[in-house]
Amino acid sequence: MKKEMYAFVVPCSARPLVFDESRCVGCNRCAEVCQVDILIPNPEKGRPPVVLYPGECYYCGSCVMACRQEGAIRLQHPLMNQAKFVPVRHAADAGEEKPLPAEKRRG
Amino acid sequence: MNLYKWPYKNEFGEEEIVQSDVLVLGGGLAGCYAAIAAARRGKSVVLVEKGATERSGSAGSGFDHWESACTNPCSQVTAQEIAEAYVNEQDGYSNGIGHYIECQEGYDRLLDMESFGGKIRDTEGEFKGAEFRDDETGLMFAYDYKNRFTLRVWGSTFKPALYRELKRLKVRIYDRTEATALMTETVNGRKRGTGATGMNVRTGKFLIFQAKETVLAMSRPARVWLFNPDLTGLCEFRPMQSIGSGHAMGYRSGVAFTMMEKSVKAEFSSAGRSFPPYGTGNNHNTWYAATMVDARGVEIPYVNRDGEELKTVSERYYPAPGQKFFLKGGVIDEPKYEYRGPETLPFDELMRRGYQLPFYADLSRMPEMERKVIWGVMVGEEGKTKIPILKNYTERGFDPQKHMLQSYGNGWQSASFLPQERQLFGAPGGILTDWDLRTNLEGVYAAGDQLYAADCCGFACATGYYAGRKAAQASEHAAFGEIDRAFCEREKQRLYAPVQREDGMSWKELNMAIAKAMQNYCGGVKCEDLLKEGLDLLLHYQNDAVPQLCAANPHELMRTHEVLDILTVSIMILQACLMRKSSSAPLCFERSDYPQMDPPENDHFITISLDDAGNVVRGDVPMGFFGDLKTEYERHNQDYINGEPDRVDRG
Ligand SMILES: Cc1cc2nc3c(=O)[nH]c(=O)nc-3n(C[C@H](O)[C@H](O)[C@H](O)COP(=O)(O)OP(=O)(O)OC[C@H]3O[C@@H](n4cnc5c(N)ncnc54)[C@H](O)[C@@H]3O)c2cc1C
Ligand code: SF4
Ligand code: SF4
Repeated sequence: MKKEMYAFVVPCSARPLVFDESRCVGCNRCAEVCQVDILIPNPEKGRPPVVLYPGECYYCGSCVMACRQEGAIRLQHPLMNQAKFVPVRHAADAGEEKPLPAEKRRG
Repeated sequence: MNLYKWPYKNEFGEEEIVQSDVLVLGGGLAGCYAAIAAARRGKSVVLVEKGATERSGSAGSGFDHWESACTNPCSQVTAQEIAEAYVNEQDGYSNGIGHYIECQEGYDRLLDMESFGGKIRDTEGEFKGAEFRDDETGLMFAYDYKNRFTLRVWGSTFKPALYRELKRLKVRIYDRTEATALMTETVNGRKRGTGATGMNVRTGKFLIFQAKETVLAMSRPARVWLFNPDLTGLCEFRPMQSIGSGHAMGYRSGVAFTMMEKSVKAEFSSAGRSFPPYGTGNNHNTWYAATMVDARGVEIPYVNRDGEELKTVSERYYPAPGQKFFLKGGVIDEPKYEYRGPETLPFDELMRRGYQLPFYADLSRMPEMERKVIWGVMVGEEGKTKIPILKNYTERGFDPQKHMLQSYGNGWQSASFLPQERQLFGAPGGILTDWDLRTNLEGVYAAGDQLYAADCCGFACATGYYAGRKAAQASEHAAFGEIDRAFCEREKQRLYAPVQREDGMSWKELNMAIAKAMQNYCGGVKCEDLLKEGLDLLLHYQNDAVPQLCAANPHELMRTHEVLDILTVSIMILQACLMRKSSSAPLCFERSDYPQMDPPENDHFITISLDDAGNVVRGDVPMGFFGDLKTEYERHNQDYINGEPDRVDRG
């Protein structure tokens, strides 16, 4: 029972968390608060936690809320789940043939 | 580098025995309130939570509305009116006891929350003068502005506030610890709970929680029909952790469940068809009553229950002429005429009238206060919205005064599912209790989403607290049971087996197989032979696949244990489906071999449990078994009504 235990990063099609190494201080608050426990502390002190199980992320944002270093951690929905929004449109300015305005997106 | 040494201690094989008067399993809203109630009565309390109590559970990151706080100072309805409306709305297949507790005591729990540091009113006056705000108290209301019984709240502040209060009350919190089995003993032919076993999901340590009274608050099953091995965390609406372990361990120990034959066509799975909850254009729940437009920018009309078009935004928040109140919220889908509130025209009617897809939510057309409360408070405080919706959409450039957000599918689900893609959504089956929220086992209570026909935060907090205080009272006359060593050793073996294998099947393969089996054998239309084939297949998985399961570390082991529980729950669901030999509209239950809908002889609750020999036992409980709600509540709660020690001063 006391054999050495290992963990592999189990990859998935999405990348829920992105860390900014220059801002993160490696305090692991994000890892401690995640109810799904998808993160482990980085073996190198001071560096961002390792996202061991990205596929298990519930996308709740609790990790980001717990972080005290502005911009150190970002949560992003899988690309397929990024809902579309467009500029406000009124019936009067949308003639039948007029093409619908293209969506403007940043970031 | 992709391979890491496990960062936590290896404590496999180690054991810890923990004693308490009251043991609470599950640290969501219900569990936290249960622990607080018992601790306030001076009991020693242990709380066991699989995740991290500070943010665990369905409401961990927040929630935006608190339903049915009928005793708040602005309410124009009584607890009795609303609780009875819920029972009636669900044709009797409702949790009358839980709803009455929610309606009667919910507001007391909100005042508690405020005293813990949670935000329940507009203290800064940000919405001064708004139609939904009571300027005397600063309380803010949602949905029915006339009757004012559902509150808008700042739910993202709640779990951290509860966590602080638990620590202040010296509740012993075992985070990162899964409860795995209930311990019981039979004395003079009566079975009673004596605590639970557990495992630390980071270290593998085995725990024995010995208790006089135990409260089950581990939410409801999930990943039974819906599984996606890639984005497992998004398969279901509720968090990854909440998969029905409480149901599975209860069932294995003889706890009785009801309505387990009920499942609905899936409403939400953003691993597949759906988009992020509350992150698309819609006019339900968080987004009620957003202005909706079609592709051309033509506004979609709201109508009242009589089909009369509403001219102003304000009218969307008031009952129809001659209607006392309307219901909206978690379990309200297509309400009866009596309780139906304002709604946009039905989708088919819009298509007939030539409205063009896609539709959008356009908040720019709403009065400023309504816009600001939807995009900023509701979206922001609602679970899973503060960061992934409010913050991230804003960073992507979304401005509610300039942009409209696309709607998908035809409603808030943002998708349409197939009939065999099912879910325990809304008010599904669960544990049946008496008026003390005690299960059929002495010493075992249940609260929150683990109760049958339960849903919502106010319900979870109020029933949690209530179960906690009843358990605390009962513990005064109870003693600790004996630890059943043989049982604990068997449980340890069961739990550790997958980590002792060098090679084998992953939990995902089994979860995938169960989900496919349930879609095939327990889909939209059921029949005896199909259900029996399904049972046969699941029993085959139990005998042949389970012994092959393999896990590399305690985390994977926890996931493996979850799938064992999903298997148990799936078997219970199939057996419950076999018991009901008729179809039922309110239970969304269709049998091709028994097509008759709700025949009188079957129009009641069927319970399912296991006897000591492992046989499945059916019980029949009449509709309305809970009696007259107000009378029974008052009969069981004179101490509380007369201002018992824990009542927060309303002064
Ligand atoms: C995104 C979202 C938004 C919602 N918004 C609202 C809203 O605005 N208003 C509203 O009224 N309702 C809302 N709901 C519903 C509401 O959040 C739930 O009904 C309520 O929180 C249930 O509380 P609970 O304590 O019963 O269960 P949960 O909060 O799910 O807690 C169960 C706990 O048990 C733990 N657990 C599970 N298994 C084990 C085990 N084996 N051992 C130990 N612990 C275990 C889990 O980790 C979890 O912490 C929302 C739900 C979701 C998912
Ligand atoms: S992302 Fe934030 S919370 Fe997480 S380790 Fe870095 S600094 Fe700490
Ligand atoms: S979003 Fe939620 S589930 Fe995902 S890593 Fe952060 S805290 Fe964990």
